[in-house]
Amino acid sequence: MSEPIVEWRNVTRAYKASGNAGRGKKLHALRGVSLTVNEGQSVALVGESGCGKSTLARMAVRLEEPDSGDVHIDGRSLSALNRRERREQTTQIQLVPQDAAAALDPRATVAASVAEPLVIHRRGSSLERQARVLSLLDEVGLDPSLSDRYPHQLSGGQRQRVVIARALALEPRMLIADEPVSALDVSVRAQVLNLLQDIQRQRSLALLVISHDLAVVRTITERIDVMYLGRIVESGNTRDVIDNPTHPYTAALVAAFPDPNPATRLRRSAPEGEVPSPVDLPIGCSFAGRCTRVQDDCLTIDPLIGVPPAHDRAACIHPLQTATN
Amino acid sequence: MSDASTVLSIRGLTLEATIRKGSIFPVTDAHVTVRPGEIVGLVGESGSGKTLTALSALSLLPSNIRRTAGTIEIIGRDTSAMNEHELSSLRGSAAAMVFQDSLSSLNPSMTIGKQVAEAVRIHQDIDRAQANELALTALDQVGFPQAKQRFDSYPHQLSGGLRQRVAIAMAIVNRPSLLIADEPTTALDVTVQAQILELLRSLVNDLGMGVLLITHDLGVIATTADRVNVMYGGRTVEQASVLDTFTAMGHPYTEALVASAPTLTDASDVVLRGIPGSPPDPREPEPGCPFAPRCTYVTETCLPAPPPLITDADRALACYHPVGAHV
Repeated sequence: MSEPIVEWRNVTRAYKASGNAGRGKKLHALRGVSLTVNEGQSVALVGESGCGKSTLARMAVRLEEPDSGDVHIDGRSLSALNRRERREQTTQIQLVPQDAAAALDPRATVAASVAEPLVIHRRGSSLERQARVLSLLDEVGLDPSLSDRYPHQLSGGQRQRVVIARALALEPRMLIADEPVSALDVSVRAQVLNLLQDIQRQRSLALLVISHDLAVVRTITERIDVMYLGRIVESGNTRDVIDNPTHPYTAALVAAFPDPNPATRLRRSAPEGEVPSPVDLPIGCSFAGRCTRVQDDCLTIDPLIGVPPAHDRAACIHPLQTATN
Repeated sequence: MSDASTVLSIRGLTLEATIRKGSIFPVTDAHVTVRPGEIVGLVGESGSGKTLTALSALSLLPSNIRRTAGTIEIIGRDTSAMNEHELSSLRGSAAAMVFQDSLSSLNPSMTIGKQVAEAVRIHQDIDRAQANELALTALDQVGFPQAKQRFDSYPHQLSGGLRQRVAIAMAIVNRPSLLIADEPTTALDVTVQAQILELLRSLVNDLGMGVLLITHDLGVIATTADRVNVMYGGRTVEQASVLDTFTAMGHPYTEALVASAPTLTDASDVVLRGIPGSPPDPREPEPGCPFAPRCTYVTETCLPAPPPLITDADRALACYHPVGAHV
């Protein structure tokens, strides 16, 4: 049994609502989320915009602090660590940004960008760092001749490889990739996905992939957590959950997913309505307003995974039947 | 095929763009046919020329790009013979366009009802009340909830999905024969995307218009298009039914593209192929097939000149060594 690297323990996060969403009210981005990512495990976090998936991920690298609850890294609470310890802990987890063009300094060469974390954390001599950069570029499939180039001289796929190399520089044990390929063309996407998967396996890294693309996460992750309005509504083995969803929201996401396979197009259907505002949340199940299986008790009981009367895999009182075997 | 049966016919389109250092040809041989009542997917990666091809259909090209060859007909009428006045009366009435970013295509300081009604009054000689009536009908038709009560809302008060419905209402309010939709769902969440794609399908069925759906997303193509037009390096390389495009493709690029995209029905040991290399750079044109440098079936035949697009029944293919024809 592998050890947990990151544990989010019942974290909540609310922001002040702005504009016509309701001034003075609170926007509930995370409403009590618990999630564990183990050593070497690949986990997908899926859900629509505003469900809280990015906020959750950012807490692991302390770009966000929870209002309540706690984030533990290697069993130690981030809030109990002193500054130096925290700095050391967070190097274990690295973010791979979505928009590599925005994440790279346009005036820094590839080599300088990849070496930057080593410089900041004072790892190695200048010569050692140079050697390290070359081996990282090699690992992500970039020719050493590119090390003197600037970001604008690279293709989108090459830039994405540079930010992956940079994320690996401090030898992290976990990568968090927020929509790692959504900005890339289809043919390049596959290359970058293969690369992420190879790196994850070869280094036994933990990988948390935030994505809205169910086909992508089905290919590269073992476990999936589906989020809706600041909660995890279904959790399980990625293939089981996508192939046989039990939460009606997961089923709706799967049915809405534009699968690049025309043979399955008749199975597609769009759910009603849009995600409600996280400012004024309903009392019962937050998906009730869009759910085709809604019953009276859904409007009064707020279901949580594993807490009866909800299902042990899905936060739902009236889940879909799973295929039994 | 006779032009009366098509709402859009583009043949042999070549576009020249003037840039700082001379000129380039971002589109060299594009062919597109859209018939009434069908959705034709125009798929290609960034830089393949798909958006420029679509913009040229409505003569909306940027000022540094001009057509140097090819014909474009909308409902059988040659657009190159039209003056600017005729073109602008064509745009928005016989042919309309929906863009990816509805926030920037809608006027932020005008209510949505007024914007849709304005689109009517530009093209039809009717009074304000009648225009409002037509606008309301169009908003209802695109599934805008409580259109009457929210007629006076401003774009910023609406979600992205609702704004895109308003943009579609504006496009269809004059009953165009041709609707060009450029990445209409790229900015939307997956459940809302599915709603908008279903809406496009039902509008095509109800109004009988033809739709040219431009996207880089094979999933959108697979779920929505009837026929597919694949572009690569500024050229149309394959045209086929949606099923043939995914399962009996002729072009090695189509094959590689489909093999690059994971699906929900993949076996657990599937390895995504991807396409090594990168798309051709129009600043450094090569004489042969644009896909040759990345193609696994390439031979010397492919290098001197690009293969012509050859039409056979309902399919068209530009390849010297089609998929399935190899020994």
